[in-house]
Formats: sequence, structure tokens, C-alpha cells
Amino acid sequence: MAFYRPVADHALLVEFGTTITDAAHAQVLALDKALAAKPFPGFREAIPAFVNLLVDFDPVLTDHVEVASHLRGLADQTHTPAAPATREVLVCYENAPDLDEVARQTGMSSEAVIAAHLSGDYRVFLYGFAPGYAYMGGLPETLRLDRKPSPVRGVPAGRVIIAGAQCLITTLTMPTGWWIIGRTPTRVLTGDESRPFLFDVGDHIHFRRISLGDYEALA
Amino acid sequence: MTHLRVAFAGPHVTLQDAGRKGMMRFGVPASGPMDRKAFAIAQAALRNPPDMAAVEVSLGGVSLDCVEGAVTFAVAGGGFIVQKGAERLGAWQVNTLRAGERLVIRPGPWGSWTYLAFAGHLQAPLWLGSAATHGPSGLGGGKLAAGQDVMIRDARVLPGSEGAIPCPVWARPRPLIHAVPGPQDRFFSVESLEDFGSLPFQLTSAYDRMGVRLSGPALMPQGALSIPSEPILRGSVQVAGDGLATVMLADHGTTGGYPKIATVVSDDLDGFVQLRPKDAVRFKLISPAQAVALARQRAKAFQDYLARTS
Repeated sequence: MAFYRPVADHALLVEFGTTITDAAHAQVLALDKALAAKPFPGFREAIPAFVNLLVDFDPVLTDHVEVASHLRGLADQTHTPAAPATREVLVCYENAPDLDEVARQTGMSSEAVIAAHLSGDYRVFLYGFAPGYAYMGGLPETLRLDRKPSPVRGVPAGRVIIAGAQCLITTLTMPTGWWIIGRTPTRVLTGDESRPFLFDVGDHIHFRRISLGDYEALA
Repeated sequence: MTHLRVAFAGPHVTLQDAGRKGMMRFGVPASGPMDRKAFAIAQAALRNPPDMAAVEVSLGGVSLDCVEGAVTFAVAGGGFIVQKGAERLGAWQVNTLRAGERLVIRPGPWGSWTYLAFAGHLQAPLWLGSAATHGPSGLGGGKLAAGQDVMIRDARVLPGSEGAIPCPVWARPRPLIHAVPGPQDRFFSVESLEDFGSLPFQLTSAYDRMGVRLSGPALMPQGALSIPSEPILRGSVQVAGDGLATVMLADHGTTGGYPKIATVVSDDLDGFVQLRPKDAVRFKLISPAQAVALARQRAKAFQDYLARTS
């Protein structure tokens, strides 16, 4: 069951639930894909999030009622979404500033924290906050911590950070209250104009551990 | 190639094109001009394509020296003070800058943003195919700084285009703003919605390209501080836990978990951003269908203006 909420004169928010569930996110991704395959006249862009998809349109060419009707038609069609891609992210856990504190708070050894992080089944739920900040769900229960009491300024790009059930890779120097447990030479902002962002929403992410030497050679 | 050099640039003076479209799904807002119509008017006055790069001038002002060559320029947006050497020009103007001359733009009686476009290709770094500057990262065309060279390729001098650009009444700062309730109006009491749609607010000095915080009646959200992060648009009126509203603008974050009591219609944002801190603003709540009708009527008026003046 979807709710269609009008947003200003030029968008519609399609909502599949109010709490984060796999089912709601699967519906978001399915509608996003169906819309990309069959856009309507006046369609500008769609933004997938945890439980809803925002569809932006040109109000000179169409309106909320027509767009809702088009989207209902897409939702009624049965289709199998393409299998999501799996992308690999390299991670070096040496010299990560918060690894010891995460180990202390979770009551595990640093190596156990690393093993738990590598075992996670990560999926990109949405991008937000800043360009290329891909929010990945799937952090193992044992590593779920609240954010730091206050954000740390000037955290550089290429840091693997965790908070709650989520993990992400920083792409710019920004403040963050998340825990920095590793560094990666893998670029989410690829610099490749034909594929500027490494992940699509819905992709599965697999972390592979690399040594400090490999990190320094690649970073 | 016409060669300009920045003698002075205040904070938030940036290069912008019409905006970086279609990238919100990757966390990238459109950026581009705060006042999109004024930007388009400056480009049209020079018969430029609408998506060329231009300079967005903030209340910080800018001063440019022409080192070599000559180029016709257009200024539109706000009521700024525009001077070429000792000569005071109108705030909305097409004129020509020649080697040895200095162009100074500084805040005038009204408005927060003005646009300086050139007849020619302003050379600007691109990010994701656009020269629009994304303020928080500095990616794209970037901020102007003193000493920086600004190069105009294929610069033209257009004596026939020189003169005043008509400043339409709808380009003035707009103290009454139309907004559509939602998408989280259900988290606010009937009283809060009534207050939002009837009482005056003020722009605070927490105003930049990302958004502007308002002061005014507290709009307490009811138990909605943990909604899953969802997409945000330019014009979203987001209410934080302290009951204060922020209107999201050109460089907005693309997702957030605070409830949005209402969303400003797109066309009113150009006049809204020309208000200044401490200016009063009121919101008028309208239905989605009324908002679409308004958008069509305003789009037609804008096209008619461009057809009449260019």
C-alpha cells in the first residue's frame, strides 16, 4: 500500500511505510527501476530513500494527479527487479582513530571488531548528507553504537565510518559524529564522468581487508 | 580571449550555471543560481544560451579589472550598486568593459543576490558536467578570490545590446510566499499549521546558499523526530526539534529526517531569496492543484517577459 503525498507544485513523495523495513525499501527500488524504464512526459528525476521515492516533475507539463496515476500503473505491473550488483570496497584497519574505542565499547578485541565488520551484509539504502555519502545498512548487531556525543570536524575523504546499523565511506572533508574504523583507497566519487558514483542505490557492498602497505600504495 | 582579474570578492561570490540536474539521487543538489529568473534574464540580455556560466554576486560584492580585451556584460537581480570606473550604471544593465577599466558591484538598496553574465564563454571548472558551485564542497566553478584570473573565450562586444534591462515587479523581494502543506504536515497540530500559514516570520542571519533559518512562532512537531531520512527539495520547510523552521535553498542536503511542515512553490523562491536577514515573510498555504496553476501562470509571464525584452 503506497501513499502519494504532493510536494509543492513539482513533486510527489511515494511512501511505502513509516519504519525502515526490507519490504518497504524493495518497493522503493522496484518503483525507481520501473520509472527509469518508463518515464512520463515532464519527469525530471527520482530520489530513492529508505521508505519512499521522491518524483520530481515539470509542473508546466504535468501535475500531481497525472503523475500519481502513472506511478500507480507502474506499481501494478509485476516485474522482477534486476539482481543488484555487488561492489568491492578495500579497507585498511591500521591507524583508524576509533577502532580501539569501538572495541572497548563493544567489549570485543580489535580483531573481533574487524572480523565482525568484514562479515556484514551491506546494501546501499540511499545517498544523502553530502555528495557520494552512500548510507549502507547491514552492520552486524554487535557493532551498533550510538553516535559520538558531538561531531568531529574535518574528517577527511576515504574513511570507513559506522553508527547505529549503518556504515558509510566519506567522500569529502566533513564533520561527522560516526566512529572511524578504517580507511579505504576505493573512491565512491570515481572521477569518471561516465560513471561518477561507484554505487547505485540497492547495490550490495563487500569489504575486503588490505594491509597498511597496500593502502599506502593505492591511496 | 578577454582577461579579467578579481580585485576583490566578498564571501559567497561564486561561479554558477543553470544547475546540476538529475544528481539528487547521489546526494548532489542542483546548486546553480539562488535567483534562477534573474540569472536567466542576465543571460537572455546577451542572447547567451540559458545554461552558460556566470558570476553570482552576494551581499559581499565583487570588483573585477579588465586586464586585456573587451567584453559586453549584463547585470540582473537585486538592486545592487554597479560602477564602471567612476561611472555609476543602473542595477539592471548591459554595458561593455574594456582593458584598463574596473567593474565594481556592491550591495544597494534591496536584494541579496545579483548576476554578472558575459557575452562569451566564461572559463569555469566543471564537476559532473556543470560549472555550478556546490558550496559545502567547493566543487564545480568555485568561489571567486582576489587575484584570480577570469578568462572569457570568444568574448564579444555588442554595442546594440547596451542599456537598461527592465526590472519586472516580480523580481523584487517577495514578502508573501505560497507553500503547499506537507509532506509531513500530519506531524503538526492544527494550531501550528494555522500559525505557519498566517503569522509573520523573520529571516535570521543564519542564511547561506544551503538554507535560511526563520524566527517566529514555534512549530512544535508531535513525535516525528525519528522519521526515516527522506528526500529534501529546494523549498522544503524543515522544522527541527526546537520548533524553528529552515527553508532549504540551492545547496541543500538531499535527505534528512526532520519533518517538513510545508514546501514553498518553486517560482516564489527567486523572490524569497532576495529578502535579507530581519526582513518579514508570511506564508500562504495553497492546495497542490492551486500550486500547479500558479506555476503555469508564472512560467507564462516569465516567457512573455523574455520575449518582450530580448
